[in-house]
Formats: sequence, C-alpha cells, structure tokens
Amino acid sequence: MSFFARFAQNRGALIGLIILTMIILMAILAPLLYPESPWRMVQRPFLSPMEVDGFVLGTDTMGRDVAAGLMHGAWVSLLIGLVSTAVALIIGVPLGAIAGYYGGLIDDGLMRFTEFFQTIPNFALAIVLVAIMQPSVTSIVLAIAIVSWPPVARLVRAEFMSLRHREYVEAARLVGQTNSTIILRQILPNTLSPIIVLASLMVATAILLESALSFLGLGDPNVMSWGYMIGAARTVIRQAWWLSFFPGIAILLTVLALNLVGEGLDDALNPKLARQRQ
Amino acid sequence: MSDTILSIRDLSLALPRGADRHYAVENVTYDVARGEVMCVVGESGSGKSMAANAVMGLLPKGVRATGGEILFDGQDLLTFSEDRHRHLRGRRIGMIFQEPMTALNPLMRAGDQIAEVFEAHGVLTPKERQAKALALLEEVGIPQPEKAIRAYPFELSGGQRQRVMIAMALALEPELLIADEPTTALDVTTQAQILELIRDLQQRHHMAVMFITHDFGVVAEIANRVCVMREGQVVELGSANDVLDTPKHAYTRALINAIPSNAVPPTRAEREPAPLLEVRQLHKVFRSRGGLFKPAREVVALHDVSFTLDRGETVGIVGESGSGKSTLGRCVVRLERPDSGELRLDGIDFTVLKGDALRRERKRVQMVFQDPYASLNPRTRVGMAIAQGPMANSVPREQALKQAEDLLELVGLGAKTAERFPHEFSGGQRQRIGIARALALNPELIVADEAVSALDVSIQAQILELLEDLKQKLSLSLLFITHDLRVAAQICDRIIVMQHGRIVEQGTAEEVFLSPREVYTRQLLDAIPGRAHEPAMA
Repeated sequence: MSFFARFAQNRGALIGLIILTMIILMAILAPLLYPESPWRMVQRPFLSPMEVDGFVLGTDTMGRDVAAGLMHGAWVSLLIGLVSTAVALIIGVPLGAIAGYYGGLIDDGLMRFTEFFQTIPNFALAIVLVAIMQPSVTSIVLAIAIVSWPPVARLVRAEFMSLRHREYVEAARLVGQTNSTIILRQILPNTLSPIIVLASLMVATAILLESALSFLGLGDPNVMSWGYMIGAARTVIRQAWWLSFFPGIAILLTVLALNLVGEGLDDALNPKLARQRQ
Repeated sequence: MSDTILSIRDLSLALPRGADRHYAVENVTYDVARGEVMCVVGESGSGKSMAANAVMGLLPKGVRATGGEILFDGQDLLTFSEDRHRHLRGRRIGMIFQEPMTALNPLMRAGDQIAEVFEAHGVLTPKERQAKALALLEEVGIPQPEKAIRAYPFELSGGQRQRVMIAMALALEPELLIADEPTTALDVTTQAQILELIRDLQQRHHMAVMFITHDFGVVAEIANRVCVMREGQVVELGSANDVLDTPKHAYTRALINAIPSNAVPPTRAEREPAPLLEVRQLHKVFRSRGGLFKPAREVVALHDVSFTLDRGETVGIVGESGSGKSTLGRCVVRLERPDSGELRLDGIDFTVLKGDALRRERKRVQMVFQDPYASLNPRTRVGMAIAQGPMANSVPREQALKQAEDLLELVGLGAKTAERFPHEFSGGQRQRIGIARALALNPELIVADEAVSALDVSIQAQILELLEDLKQKLSLSLLFITHDLRVAAQICDRIIVMQHGRIVEQGTAEEVFLSPREVYTRQLLDAIPGRAHEPAMA
C-alpha cells in the first residue's frame, strides 16, 4: 500500500489536507483575485459582510477590504507558522537528541543552556528580538523560532532518555553501529509521534505569536497578516465582529487542518497501525 | 455437588471483530469445589485468564459473554449488575494478580492498602482495620509485620509485595480466591514460599482456589484438579495426578514433555580445553549519585568473579534476580564496563578497549536479549534489523540484506519474512529474529540473557533446540544466563551458580545437579516446582 493510501485511510487527515490545500490555494490566488494591495482603502469603513456588492466580508476600520486581507494574509501567516516551526525543530531536535542520548555533563550543559531561554518570558524575548532586528518577516520568523525551540529540546531529550536503554538500541550498539547511526536510525524514528503532534501545535502558537507582535506594531509593515487583522480589530470587536471573526476562523481552520494532517502523518508513518488497517 | 462453589457452564466469550479468533473461550465448562485448588493451565493466548475475568466481572472492553452461565453459589454472575458484582468482589471472591508491583498503589503504605479493602465494603472502624491489617500481615508471614505495615510497596521485595496482595485478597475471608499467575514474576525460592503460603491458607480457611498458570511444575506443586486450555477450549480436565501421570490429550502430553526435565543431561564428549573467554577477578559496583538529602547508594553487582569458557562450550549462569548474572553478561559484551578485573576474549583484553577499537572487536561477541518485544526496533523491517550489523561493519547493503534472508531461513522463518515489521511476529518468532541478528556478524561467542524466559514452554523448547542446533552447525560458544535451573540443565555443559554478585558454585551440569556442594545450590534445586512429582512425570 502506498504511503498516500495509508495516509488517506485516516478520514480526518484527508479533511485536514483538503482544508490546508484550500488555504494554500487562497495564498496563491490572492494576487490574481485581489491584484490591488490589501492595505488600500477601497470603501466606506465598517461595512458589514454582504452589505455592499463586491465586499463579501465587509470592510475594516479604515475601509480596507477584509476578503482581500484574508487572502493576502494567508501567505504570510502560513509562511511564518511553518518556517518558524521548522527552524525551531532544527534547533531543538538535535540539541534534545544529543542531550538525551549522551547524558552526563553534555546533558547538563545543554539543559542549562535551554533553561536560560526558558527563564525569560517567551513574548518579552520575542519583542526584544524583533525590536533589535527591525520588524520584517525574517526577523519575526527568527524571533518566534528562538523562543519556541526549548520545549522541543526538552521533549526530544525525554524521549531519548527513555529509549536509549531499550534493548534494540543496545543491540545496535553491540553490532557496532556508530552513535550517529543509532541516533538517526534507531531512536529518532521512534520519537516522531510526539514531535509531529508538538510541531502542529507550534505552528498554531507561531501564528498567534505573530498576531500579538503585529498588535504591538512590531509586524512587518509591508505585509498583511491574519494576526495583524485580529490585532487591529480588537478595539472594535463589539461594533464590527466580522473584523476579528473571519481571520480568527481562518487561523482556527489552519491550526485544525495542521493537527489533522499531523495525526494522519503519524499514523501513516507508524508501521504497526498501518498494517492493522489493511 | 453440594460443595461446588463455582460452576462455569458452557461459557462462551466473544472477542471483538478483527481479533485473530472469534471466541476468547468457547463452551468452557468446569467446576471449582470448596476446599480444592483448581489449576487452569495453558499457554499465552489460550484464554485461561478470561474466564476468571468474567467471574470477577472484569472483562476487558469489547469482550462479551455470548452464552453459558457462571454459577457462583447458585447465582448466575453473568446476570449481575455492576453494583452487585462489586459487593461480591473482595467480600466473597478475592483475587491476586501476577505483577505485585503494578497491582499495588505505589504511594500508599501496605497497611493502608489492606485497610482500604475493609473501607470499601464499609466494615470495622478505622482502628480495627489497622489492627486487622497487622494480623493479616502476620498471617501471610511477612517478616517484621509492625514495620511492613508502614512500608511503601517499593520498600518491599517482590515476594513481600505478593504477600501483601494475598493479605488484601484474604481480608474479607472470601470463599473463592482467584490467583492469576501469582508466582510468575518471582524467583524460584520465593515462588516456592508463596505456593506453600497459598496452599497453607487455602487449607486453613477452607477456601476454593482457582489458580491460573502456564507452568506444569507449579501445577504439580499445588493442584488438586487441573483444567488444560488451548485456544479457548478445554482440552483436558481431571484430577492432578491423572492429568500429570496419564495425560490423555496429545496437547497435554506435549506441554508436559516440553517442560525442561530435571533429568541430568548425559555428559558430553570431552574436548580439548581451549579457553575462548577468560574472566578474572571481575568487580562491578553500581553507585547512584547522592543528592542533598540522600546518601549515595552502592550496590555490589559483581565481586571477584572468575571463570573460563572453552571453545564450543555452553556455560550456564544461574541465579535469582539481583544475583549479578545479567551484569556479568552485560560486562562480557561490554554494554557495562567492569570496575576492575580482566575479560580476555581469545587473548584480547576487552575491558580496556575503547571507541573505534571496541566497535571493531564487538562483533565477536553478540547477545540475544530477554524480551522479544523490546529487542527489535518497531519501525525497522526485520531484514534490515539483521542487516544493520554487517552494514555497520562495512558490508555493502545488498549483500547484507541477502545474507539476512539466508539467516532468517536458517532460524526457520523463511526469507520472505524479511520485509515484515517486528509486531507481525509472535514472541517465539521474534526471538528467532533476535538470534538471527546475533548470528549476522559471525560471532564466536553468544551471550543469551534469559533468552527463553519470556516464552511459553512449548516455544521455549523449540528455541533451545534451535540454539543447540546452531551451536553445532556454526561451532559457537554460548554463555547462557537464566534464572531457571531446569532450562540450564537442558542446554549447558557447565553451570555457574551466582548469588549476591559472587560465584557460589561452578561445575559440570551433572555435578551441580546431582551433588551440589553449597547450601544455596541445594535450596535452588529444592525450590524447583514440581520436583517431587518428577519421577512420575518422566
């Protein structure tokens, strides 16, 4: 059975994949459907959805088209969520793996380093980092990645610590496999499930963190993001619910889709479950 | 029969769809009378525990009773509501589980756990409960009951924990005691004590005992009547003597024959002593790092251990848990580093090797692990798992995979199984894969650490046969670590008995069995279940 067929057997994962594809399509089609900048004021402010033809989702406090913002924002929000998570994994997984596998002084050293990041409140650190580096998509991605890798390292370390004394790992040592082979081939594949679950949640947190930064005026001034839209609409939530509602739903659907896909991936990668379903 | 307390009639329990068979047990009928010990024997998956679970009203999710009845004192338990069942549990039916560590609450003192039984049924005052708990602990023979009552489970030994479990089960003087493999996790000497305790209590309280086990030795030790089960059906039912001495069904005969017998193996052909492994004055101490408020702890795992193993020889290391036998095995394969002493393989001192040199020499000594479920990476196909060894020693991938197929053939699994994942195999098959993996590097010495302990008797016999066969074919030497003297007797040329990290006695299998010099060896031999019955069984 092919990998995709196994993946598709989890109906939730398939739904997640469809939602995610739609969001990506939104991001791709945005410049075609709304060629103008989403920052442009095009109508009277506070138009509610469907009030005026051509403005399906209404306009915001400054008279900008909410639908255009939503489409253009999809790109930035997805990019920031996925890239910052990837960067966080790239930092956190190796650190955690090395700390958990070798233990002892190496573990102590790496964990003190991790704790150093954990003692500073996430958001405060992110603000400082973005402020220093100047707000741009790159700096935001980096800042989010830097504040969100410690939980990854801790999780991977814990998994490695419990797996490194398993008999199959000892058997691998006995046949003379090198430490790096054992880490990559024997232990890492068995830690995938919790990493995938954590990563899909991290994408969600990253999108929200970006929205918080945008709210404080630390977003990239050149790009529209869902976070910025919600942030800007917070003050008028009682008069114009749709301004925060639609971007909110978009974030919710994205996060849900990523979780479902993550779960499906986990199932498809797990040989035991895959065979059971046959 | 008026004295029948439990009567199971045509009981069928359906498994959920997708299981490997439709019924966990099918049309099972047997009785348990007051004052008798009924042994339900079978291998894993035979459904021997299922009926007991039904009696307790503790069937796992998805398993339903589809027919028959369970009459306890004339009432059909299958028609009972959860509430009525709960009244019965503990008060009239007691139960002991296999694993005393997980069956006890780790954060509760032993006395409180016993008192809890009274509390659950709302009898006695708190003060009386404590007094009763103490009396019960005394009855089950725990040393220093006044101290044990305040002890947490982790402060007690395995045997003591099982005694606490028995005390809990006995608290409300049940008429029926269900014991599900209560001695399987224990050492032989402890097992013998617990069996004696159960028999003693059963006679004193005139209880009925339903004793579930896989071990015919235990059956011979304790049973009045025996019920042999296989794949959910009763194969044979009768008095203990009849079943053990004149088994009628072929399966029962096969099971009894598969038990490693005490008959001492014939002395094997003398061979030129050509030492392959020389172990001299090995010491190993485990130290736990002390903390601010706890002193560092030291456990002596090996103390002055010396022995030699000749080429083509099988040496058995026998001891109870905590005797250091596994540490010794792990030192030989260098998963553990001894503190001092020498360990020469063919003249090369293994204890001083490090890094790459160690990685290169490693392939000469391989290990077969105890737990066939933990020793294979669940995400690696078995062909790959076997090929990884040669590949790590720079054999090209294709060739290594081809060789893995040959090895699977050699251990009796067939080359086609290489593409499968470990969970698709049974315990015995996995152990064969483990053996194939150990063989992949053409080692000179194989260390088998409790390699057959987790297997059913009939499978155990097959694996032992396979090891013996491979040993001859490939002229291997074998260091066989086991807690089971009967197994050691079957396969070993020489036997080393260990206790508390020291070698107590070593000699040929014949010497150790027929004329043990040390008291401890004799104790171990006497504790083997079913030994008294041996002549009749043979």
